[in-house]
Parts: sequence; C-alpha cells; structure tokens
Amino acid sequence: MSFLDLKNVTKIYPNGTKAVHETSLSIDEGEFMVFVGPSGCGKSTLLRMVAGLEDITEGDINLDGKLMNEVDPSERDVAMVFQNYALYPHMNVYNNLAYGLKNRGIDKETIEQKVNDAAKLLQISDYLQRKPSMLSGGQRQRVAMGRAIVRNPKIFLFDEPLSNLDAKLRIQMRLEIKKLQQKVGVTSIFVTHDQVEAMTLADRLAVINNGIIEQLGTPIEIYDNPKSLFVAGFIGSPQMNFLDGNLKNKTLSAEGFEIKDVNTEHEGEVTLGIRPEHLVQSENGLINLKVDLVEQLGSDNLVYGQLKNIKDFCYRCPGNQTIEKGSNLSLNIENKKYYIFDKSTGKRVN
Amino acid sequence: MKIKPLQIIAHIILIIGVLLMVVPIWISFASSSHDSVTILTEGMKFHIGDQLARNYNEVLNEKGGWSEEVTAAKMFINSFIMALGIATLKVVISAMSAYALVYYRFKLAVPIFWLIFITLLVPLEVRIFPSYKIVSDLGLTNSYTGLILPLVASATATFFFRQFYKTIPDELLESAKLDGANAWSFFIDFLVPLSKTMIAAMFIFMFVYGYSQYLWPLIMTTAEEYWTVVMGMKIIYTESYEGVALPRTAERFAYIILSMIPPVLVVVFLQKWFIKGLIQTEK
Repeated sequence: MSFLDLKNVTKIYPNGTKAVHETSLSIDEGEFMVFVGPSGCGKSTLLRMVAGLEDITEGDINLDGKLMNEVDPSERDVAMVFQNYALYPHMNVYNNLAYGLKNRGIDKETIEQKVNDAAKLLQISDYLQRKPSMLSGGQRQRVAMGRAIVRNPKIFLFDEPLSNLDAKLRIQMRLEIKKLQQKVGVTSIFVTHDQVEAMTLADRLAVINNGIIEQLGTPIEIYDNPKSLFVAGFIGSPQMNFLDGNLKNKTLSAEGFEIKDVNTEHEGEVTLGIRPEHLVQSENGLINLKVDLVEQLGSDNLVYGQLKNIKDFCYRCPGNQTIEKGSNLSLNIENKKYYIFDKSTGKRVN
Repeated sequence: MKIKPLQIIAHIILIIGVLLMVVPIWISFASSSHDSVTILTEGMKFHIGDQLARNYNEVLNEKGGWSEEVTAAKMFINSFIMALGIATLKVVISAMSAYALVYYRFKLAVPIFWLIFITLLVPLEVRIFPSYKIVSDLGLTNSYTGLILPLVASATATFFFRQFYKTIPDELLESAKLDGANAWSFFIDFLVPLSKTMIAAMFIFMFVYGYSQYLWPLIMTTAEEYWTVVMGMKIIYTESYEGVALPRTAERFAYIILSMIPPVLVVVFLQKWFIKGLIQTEK
C-alpha cells in the first residue's frame, strides 16, 4: 500500500451534484502530485476530502496506513495552503506559525525554535512581529507555507496558492515551492487550473475533468501521449490544433490533405490533433497555411493563420525566422507526431 | 486650503447639533453650582456659582428615601452593577448564540434566528407582568440577579454578531481546524479577537441601555438598597419638607450631572478600541 491511497472516492453534494466520481489514486511518500483541470472539475473537492474539510460520500482514503474517512481534520496531520492564504489577521506572523503547534501542546522553547527555523527557510525572519495586513502578496504566501511547514505534517495540500499573485511573482514562487518540497521532502498535492504550473511542479500529474481523472502520469508522458481529446487540449501551450477528419482504410482525410498509413484500425469520424510545435516548414508540405497574425515572443514566433475552414491554426517556429503577415506557409508534421481522437467519445485511437 | 460653501453649511449644521446637545448639559452643570433659592427666583444659570462643592457633597452623602438610609452614592453603585451585568452578559450570550447560529449548521438555525429576531417586537415593557411573575416566583425580587437576568437576552446584539461572523471567510475556520482548533478555541482565539471592536460597540450600547432602565427596577425593587439612579431621579428630592420646604432644584441638577458620569466614562474608555477598529482594517 502506498502512502496516500484513495479508493473509489465519490463526492455527492446534498443538492445532488456529483463532484467526484469513484476516483482511485495512489501517491507515494515524498511525491509531488498535481491535480489539474478547469474550474469546477472537482479537483479542489478531492483535495478537501483528503484534508477532511469535506465528507466522503463513498470510498476510502488511507494515509500512512490509517483509514482517514472519519478522522477529524485536526487529527489527520495534514497542512493546507489556501488560495487566499487564510492567514490569521489578528495574529502576527510568529503567532500565525505557532498557533498549530500551541494547539498540539508543544512546549514554548520547541515552538520558538521550530518557528525560527521555518522563518529562516522561507526568509521571513524579519517580519515575524508584523501582522499579515502589513505584508505583500509574496510575503503572505511565504507565511502561509511557513504555517504548513512548521508543523512537519505527513502531507502538504496546496489549493491554487499562486493564483492571487502577479505573473512574475507566480513564476518565482512556483520555483520556490518546488525547491522547498524537494528540500523538505514532504508528500504534496497541489491543485491548479494552470497547466504550466502543473507541468513544472509535478512529479506526477492527474488531469481531472467532470469529477473523473482523465489521465494520470508524469508531465512528459501526458504531453507526449494524451489519452483523450480533453487532455490533449488542456495540456500544452499554445493549445493543440484540432481538425475534423475522416478515417478509412488507414487513411485520414482532413481539411484538404490526407495522411496515409495511419497506425490504427479505427474508422469513421475523428478529430485530428497537431501541436503547434510539431510542425515544420518544408516544400510541398501537407498543410498550406495563410498567415493572419504573428506573435513574436522573442525566443519563438507563434504564427496564426487560416487553413481552409479552420481559423487561428497555430504554428510555432523559432524566433529568428521572419514570417510576413499574408504569406503562405507550407508545413509538414514532424515525425508523425499527430494525435487522432474518436469524435464521439473523445478517446485517442492511434 | 479653500473652504467650499457646502462645507460651511455642513459645519453650521454640525455646530447647531453640538450646541443642542451641549447647552442643556452646561445649564444643568452651571445650575448645580448655585443654591436652590437662586434658581427658583432667578431661573437657570449659565455661569458657575459658589455652591458647587456643597451641593455635590450633599447629593452624594445625604441619606434619603423612606428609610432615610439610601444615598445617591449607593444608587450609583447599584446602577453600575446592573448596567455592567446586563452589558457583559448580553455581549457574551449574543456572541455565543450568534456563533452557534452561524457555525453549527443545523436545520433549525434559520428559524431559530428569526424567532430570536422576533423578540425585538416584545420588549420588556410588553412582557413585564409575566417577567415579574417569573422573577418573583424564583424569589429574585430585590436582588441584583433579579435586576439583571430578565434583560440579558438580546436580539439586536445577536443579529449584529451574526452578520459579522458571516463576513469571516470560511477558509479561516478550515485553516484553524487543520491547525487543531476545536469549536471552543476557534471562538476564543479567532472570533473574539476579530470582533473586539464589535464587542466594544455592543458593550457601550448595552451599558447605556442597562443604565437607563427605569420601569423594570421600579417594579422589581421594594427595598431601597436596590434602588437605581434613574429611579432615584424621580423619587429622591421630591418630598417636600414639612409641607412648606422648597424644591431642592440645585441638588437635582447636581444629581443629574453625576448620573451622566458612568456611561460617559464607559464611552470614553471604550472609544479607544472603537476607533482603533475603524482605522485598522484587519479582515
């Protein structure tokens, strides 16, 4: 049995909404697991069930070999960082960090030492006497993490903790969280709707949609090998291009081009997915793109254009290439890196 | 800085308001420093006279009432105890019942809240006979408990605390839960400190409410040692002496001025918290 085990966990709210469907998941000790999905997909609910803040309608949650279903949140030995930090506004930073320890009946000297160690680790030692209202967003974020670290819990739970920060700080804190987790080595679950955050932080990633884990794997596995249309569209930036097509006798015909010898026996209506970064320019390529717009990011150019009836088809090329608006590009798919999904079920077929 | 006409008008209105509040108090104070004869013959005074010390000394120490035993000082103490008891218990009970209503999500919470709220329509004056019957059956007439207890439930304060608690984000409770706080420690460690300005405000209102109670102590107390200031205002110094004595107007004014001091002190003392809460936005 692994460190944290979720077995057929289901959550049905009193009003009948089914937020999480029979989800099973195992997380190893020290692992950094990220739940990613659009808002309202049930990822936060799942996290809150691990924390004990939501009742489990059906199924079991085991943490470190103990059944957690009926255990009070305060007894679970989990720590959580909330989206709005939920710092205690009337306590200074020191007491914010010390409160959980005090409740556990730890003696004063030990508390002081633990708080000071955590503060040092997070570089908030200078603010210990300040109230949360006198701190900046990044400092508050650190205090919230300090409050989690100081208790030395079995598991860290992060509920979209970076979404209140500005873009620059978010990237910085993302890095710090990852470093910190590696240093402290505590099992962590991180919930986010941001796929970049998910990709960068995760040891393993669970892509969740409509209360179901669509796919579970390392970030690179999921990026290289999405199992469904949803996962393919959700992971990767800029988003994968989708084209309607038809499969017959291992030949796929889509918007004005054909791909032969497709690696599938499937036939019928399909959706073809191509990542913008898997396209290369070549003479007599499959795809003819009429360029509408070029976004120059410096390192890369994002080229948006029209392909028959498809608008905003995206192609990503190195930043040193100059591409004129209005020009026609001839593109090929690199190394057969395309994905075919059944149109009705959304499942991958190649 | 340029002063706008609107500001001048606003200030004039405010000054008129202040004068309406302050002038009567000043007249009372000035009149309390003359002797009664002067006031009766010349009317109320605007300037300070020479009888100040004598009048106040007399008011505080003279024994009055039927038994000739109760002093104004004793009545001040009674009123203070009553107001303090009412205000403290009202705040404690309201805060705790609001806590129960907001955080214990039982089905009857909303109907119970409205039931409490409806009691606003039934002030003590309306239920004074049943209340008296209960208190007297319990043998609590002529006691501080009897003076305080029927007045400690407060729909108003419960309502205000409830509204305040509802603005506290759920994450705070959840975070506290994960930090090992139980129901009691969440109340003491979080709600009480967060609502301390609220508590101060409620305490002020309730203290003044308790202090100015008239009808209930009048009905409740037959023994003079439980008389309160407001009752005394009516009773004391009204009896004429030997049928020809003069009304003791100056002493009455002194008594009025003294009776204002305790509530003023409470306001002055708690105002510090009050304003602190207005400046610091901690939520």
